[in-house]
Amino acid sequence: MTGPVAISEQGRGQSHALEIADVSKRFSVAGRRVQALSHIRLAVDDGEFVSIVGASGCGKSTLLRLVLGLDTDYDGDIRVDGHRVERPGLDRSIVFQEHRLLPWLNVEANVAAALRQSGLGAAERGELVRDHLHLVGLDQFAKAYPAQLSGGMAQRVAIARALVTKPRFLLLDEPLGALDALTRLRLQDELQRIVRHEGTTAVLVTHDVDEAVYLGDRIVIMHPHPGRIATILPVTDAVSRDRSDPNFIRLRDEVLSWLGVSRTGIDADAELARRSA
Amino acid sequence: MSLITIAGRERLSHTAPIGPPPSPFLGRHLRPLAVPIALLAIWELLAHAGVADPRFLPPLEEVVARGVAEFSRGGLAFNLLASLERDLIGFVCGSVAGIALGLAIGFSRLLERLLGPVLLVHRQIALFAWVPLISMWFGGGEAGKVVFIALAAFQPALINTWQGVSGIPRSYRELAEVLTFGWFDFARIIAIPGALPQIFTGLHSALIYAWTATVGAELLLNIAPGIGGRMNEGQHLFHMDLLLLCILLLGGVGVVFNVIAGSLEHRLLRWRIP
Repeated sequence: MTGPVAISEQGRGQSHALEIADVSKRFSVAGRRVQALSHIRLAVDDGEFVSIVGASGCGKSTLLRLVLGLDTDYDGDIRVDGHRVERPGLDRSIVFQEHRLLPWLNVEANVAAALRQSGLGAAERGELVRDHLHLVGLDQFAKAYPAQLSGGMAQRVAIARALVTKPRFLLLDEPLGALDALTRLRLQDELQRIVRHEGTTAVLVTHDVDEAVYLGDRIVIMHPHPGRIATILPVTDAVSRDRSDPNFIRLRDEVLSWLGVSRTGIDADAELARRSA
Repeated sequence: MSLITIAGRERLSHTAPIGPPPSPFLGRHLRPLAVPIALLAIWELLAHAGVADPRFLPPLEEVVARGVAEFSRGGLAFNLLASLERDLIGFVCGSVAGIALGLAIGFSRLLERLLGPVLLVHRQIALFAWVPLISMWFGGGEAGKVVFIALAAFQPALINTWQGVSGIPRSYRELAEVLTFGWFDFARIIAIPGALPQIFTGLHSALIYAWTATVGAELLLNIAPGIGGRMNEGQHLFHMDLLLLCILLLGGVGVVFNVIAGSLEHRLLRWRIP
């Protein structure tokens, strides 16, 4: 086991903001060992937006938990700027699938709750909260309670709460998965705008292939049993952010075929076997 | 023809009650009073119809006259205040101790393991079973009475606070971890507000239990100023009107407590109403 000094020396050579180095994770479910993640290797650079897609059970949410530091019982290393992640920190924020707003606090207080440990003064905190509510377009709802908001609005508050600490990494765990299709499309645009505006490095976990292609600079495709990375596809500049563009559709179809879904619905298994070989 | 009307009426009954809609005043304010008023009317009827022996069931107006006399002389008001004071002291001591211990057990896995089983056994023991022990340890005077009342309030405050805190969803605990909350922030921002509805339920029960225990203590322990004391007097001197008056008074105070607790709860837990 290398000491912390050795790790940081090693980390200095590589300039990756986030590095997931050969991470494997096992769970014990009802006395049986289940391999949730197997030899995950992924490096994320500053300012990048990485989408992770995969069927449910491929371990993509588990991976986010490990990056957050909620669970440190795994093999391999997760490093931020060369330092191993030991615990949750305000440099890594998360938006969960459910908004997880505290129902007894109003919108403003929910966002401000994330700044409790920031060490900032009251005035500074107030300003940050106002700025971020403005960023998600909810200035008018600062005093509203979560029960008074629609699902899309509540999720926007959750996004404001995640960003108010100005985190280095924004982790998104199927953040739009529980919303209706129309709200989802609208929030995808908003998410893109907000993340660009803040310059945050983002890792999005989703099972919506369109969303992954639309938002990601790179798309990580995971396969289940055990959870592993099948491939990583770059989203080139040639793919404009237009959901109807032929290049967009081509890339989406490629992702779908990696996930074992063919356009015509036949040959899916054969395609998957060919890809995996 | 008649068949058609019946069918039509039947169809109506699925959608709305037949008859004019109840006026909002009658509906909301008078409906809960309907049964008590009916009971008083039956009482009055029985007393005047000669069915019941007036020595055992004096008519309502006699009880009212007794009440007017007692309150104008200040005797019963003094006793009521004495009971309320005793009740309040016991309630505050018991529920503060209950909430404090409930929070501690809710927060500490160790304390929960140590004290949890004991408290669940303690809960199985009927409240009045403590009376002999308390009167031996604390005497039948004021101290014993207050301890008994406090014990009555302690139980529901403790159990509800404990279960409220330990019922905080895992997802909120995880959120606290992600936001790097310490113990204090977790308690102040997540655990206590999250458990508050159940803490209030506990306090509400404690208020009612304490009032019941107040009368119990006054009836079973040494005679002292208080409603229970007057009830003892009514029993021994065969003053049925006084006894019935005291019972009406006890119920009235209980109702007032309920209303106060309900409106406080409503006001403090406004976030639950969308």
